[in-house]
Amino acid sequence: MSLEKQELLDLKSKIGREPTSTELQIIAAEWSEHCSYKSSKKHLKMLPMTGPLVINEKGYDSGVLDVGDGYVVTAHIESHNHPSAVEPYGGAATGVGGVIRDILSAGTRPIAIFDGLRFGNIENDLQARWLFKNAVTGIADYGNCLGIPTIGGEVEFDECYENYALVDVAALGFGKKENLIKNHAKKDDLVVLMGGSTGRDGIGGSQFASDSLESEDRSAVQIPDPFIEKLIIEAVLQARNDGLIHAMKDLGGGGLSCAISETADALEIGIEMDVDKVHTRESDMHPDEIMVSESQERMLIVTSKTKLKKLEEICKKFRIGCSVIGRVKFDNQVHIKKGSKTVANLSADFVANATLLDLPSKVPDYLKNIETEKKFKPISNYSKTLMKLLASPNIASKIWVYGQYDHEVGIRTVVKPGRDASVLRLDNGKFLSAKIDGNPKHCYINPREGAIGCFEEACRNVVCTGAKPIGMLDHLQFGNPNDPEIFWTFLESLKGLTDFAKTFDIPCVGGKVSLYNETPKGPIKPTPVIGVIGLIDKKPSIQQKISKGDCLLIVGDTKDEMGGSEFFEYIHKFVGGKCPVVNFDDSKKNMKSVLDVIKNDLVKSVHDCSKGGLAIAVSELSMTNLIGCKVSLEKVPGEKLDIDRILFSESHSRYLLVCDKTNLSKIEVILKKNKVSFKQIGQFGGEKIQFFNGAKPVIDLNVEKTHKIWLHALPNLVLHGKKSV
Amino acid sequence: MKVGVVVFPGSNCDRDMYHVLTDVFHFDAQYYWHEKGLPKNIDAVILPGGFSYGDRLRAGVIAAHSPIIKDVQKMAKKGIPILGVCNGFQILVESGLLPGVLLKNKSLNFMCEWTNLIVENNKTPFTNQFKLNQKIPIPIANGEGRYYVDDDTMKKLKKKNQIVFRYSEVVNGSSNRIAGVCNEDGNVVGMMPHPERAVESEINPVDNKPSSLIFESLLSKIGATK
Repeated sequence: MSLEKQELLDLKSKIGREPTSTELQIIAAEWSEHCSYKSSKKHLKMLPMTGPLVINEKGYDSGVLDVGDGYVVTAHIESHNHPSAVEPYGGAATGVGGVIRDILSAGTRPIAIFDGLRFGNIENDLQARWLFKNAVTGIADYGNCLGIPTIGGEVEFDECYENYALVDVAALGFGKKENLIKNHAKKDDLVVLMGGSTGRDGIGGSQFASDSLESEDRSAVQIPDPFIEKLIIEAVLQARNDGLIHAMKDLGGGGLSCAISETADALEIGIEMDVDKVHTRESDMHPDEIMVSESQERMLIVTSKTKLKKLEEICKKFRIGCSVIGRVKFDNQVHIKKGSKTVANLSADFVANATLLDLPSKVPDYLKNIETEKKFKPISNYSKTLMKLLASPNIASKIWVYGQYDHEVGIRTVVKPGRDASVLRLDNGKFLSAKIDGNPKHCYINPREGAIGCFEEACRNVVCTGAKPIGMLDHLQFGNPNDPEIFWTFLESLKGLTDFAKTFDIPCVGGKVSLYNETPKGPIKPTPVIGVIGLIDKKPSIQQKISKGDCLLIVGDTKDEMGGSEFFEYIHKFVGGKCPVVNFDDSKKNMKSVLDVIKNDLVKSVHDCSKGGLAIAVSELSMTNLIGCKVSLEKVPGEKLDIDRILFSESHSRYLLVCDKTNLSKIEVILKKNKVSFKQIGQFGGEKIQFFNGAKPVIDLNVEKTHKIWLHALPNLVLHGKKSV
Repeated sequence: MKVGVVVFPGSNCDRDMYHVLTDVFHFDAQYYWHEKGLPKNIDAVILPGGFSYGDRLRAGVIAAHSPIIKDVQKMAKKGIPILGVCNGFQILVESGLLPGVLLKNKSLNFMCEWTNLIVENNKTPFTNQFKLNQKIPIPIANGEGRYYVDDDTMKKLKKKNQIVFRYSEVVNGSSNRIAGVCNEDGNVVGMMPHPERAVESEINPVDNKPSSLIFESLLSKIGATK
């Protein structure tokens, strides 16, 4: 239990007596960092959270966006880092389950899952390999069974995650606006616990997640059961259709303690409940255990006496548990009883609102000289370097991962995973595009610019499908916030995200903060992960097959920004240099121009230029279309740079456009009109990926051979321990 | 014409199938919960994909003991067209309506990818509009999709023309690359790939016409729409 001394004193002085053991457990769970956001909440308010499309209602666990014609999209992001680092299969699976229930609790059907996975260096760290393999299986087994497509995400490996794992899960929901749950309660309404039984798994999970991971406390990890979750989804949606739900909340971190106190606080009511009424997995559970168990697949529903019978019938149909555990009162108290005996009685407002902290921050020492570059040995063979990068775990194709996820179920997936962003069709004829992105290598060097870069990259990916960004999810993952240097990196990232969100009018519709991400070797690199949701009003730009003679254009300048690049870190094993910085004006112009070009049906394919730089982005286009490409490096717009910089700099705001020759002049007209920096830099055809410096090819690779290596490098490494290059 | 879509606890392609039947091909489709019976006047039955009972014990084995299966068996005997897709195929196999078993894929992983089928039997109610050996681009999504039968049964399948679909190349290690089979009478068909995910051009990256013929075959068999 991790209640601070001061917090214990506050508790005692507030209630004017010694707290009971149940009260201590409830408070410890609810005031944990995981549930209370006590270190971050004060600062999170800086993010813009409103906008013309945002629907804000009390008690929602997910963000709600109006997508027109009476429909809404809901979105949320969560992580399950601590559990996944100990038990990757169950940790990752229950991570999916939790975020799905957040979507469900607004009254919308979950329609997509995204997952961002981060582990140590799988090239030499066998544990990282084990964590990775099992986290992927956990997500696959859970999401596939639910019949919710996993349509996107990212996978990254970095030594800072040694012995650890970051498992982020984002989900989207869809439904009719009129079906949104309007959280409310009347006096004497009933509080119902629906779903799986309450057991001893996940006890103290939220406190476990609010400390540095020292002991591998497996009992704090929840046990997944996707079958029960699937039944809950169907039962809840039926109950919603029948108008049986007054208010609803999912049971996640902190279990019943948090669900009861947060519901009471949000609705400004009191709840009296009896632990004896909770359907448990074991007969001899203590009230304290029942209150903080984080057993999965449970929902708390407030309904009326007259509606209860119908709700019970639905639960009976799906054979899921349904217990009336309490009732609504108007005393604003959380009153927990065991039979007739009171075991806890606290004011809801007091429980649900931990004293917020204002932690000190200080510029980290390590940043002092981080931008100084080292002299490197010149690269003698760039073909080999590119091949090595294409086979590197961070850049190699992730088809081995998303091929294990059902990404078609629900028959909405228009643009499948493996592209820039995935696209779903909606029932109102519009299309939804979404992507999550992180970049700890950039964020380590510059937490502010790195975080902005993640945000812009996610926007770029969505823009590549022709969608306009309408909402953002942020997931801020850092080490121990009590270290002022770490807290400074948190604040910097948050400020950067806020600036970008405000400038681009993209409201933050949901988010999560995960702190205390520490490994035996120290804190993780700052790892904000940003999800961006975009909307396409009419037919999305479906990528067309690239054919011989098609032109390759680049929009945006390439700059000398090698810090945190895959080239520096993977090839030169060097951490440092200047990381890419987003120029807001250029970013806006480029985004708008690319959307214009797509809207006018002038391009065959649009691809974002990011990890690994131009060389990787061009190779990806060539490989996925199995066609060669000749690129002239001296034509690449931007300051005059050495060829390694042009090839591998990860400068932001860059897009690759592929078009038929006949459309070239029309595209140029639009780009010139918008005053963006662009150039035709190459042409497709043949069987080779070639980059020319003047008349001399500096890179010359066979497409088919390169494609094979890129495609199989990850499974070769994970399954057979074999490096491909 | 009435088509029943059977829903088990854990079915998750039921709504997709229903959408395709009603909105794309204009059948008069109805859901039937696994505990209920099927009405006598039904013209075809479809068992959709998903994870009935969370694939516990073995995919499809618990659902095969659902009350509704007795009615499905009766209808099978009467010659009514019955199609099982993915988990539906697994249930038909487990309930003895179709021969063989479905084992874990050779990769030991769940596999979601687009592949091609070859039509081997164009006499069933779900394939009568195809030419023999016609190619169908279609996605698979399963963990236990490797069809297996012993040598004797394989000989029988071939002799009685019970192999309906084969993969155009090795996908998951199925015996003889089998992707779908039928019973001896040809009215009960099971297939691992998902035709309901391939009939709309918006979500089919290759060609939606071939897979549409599966539903058009049923239309031609049981007559026009509602």
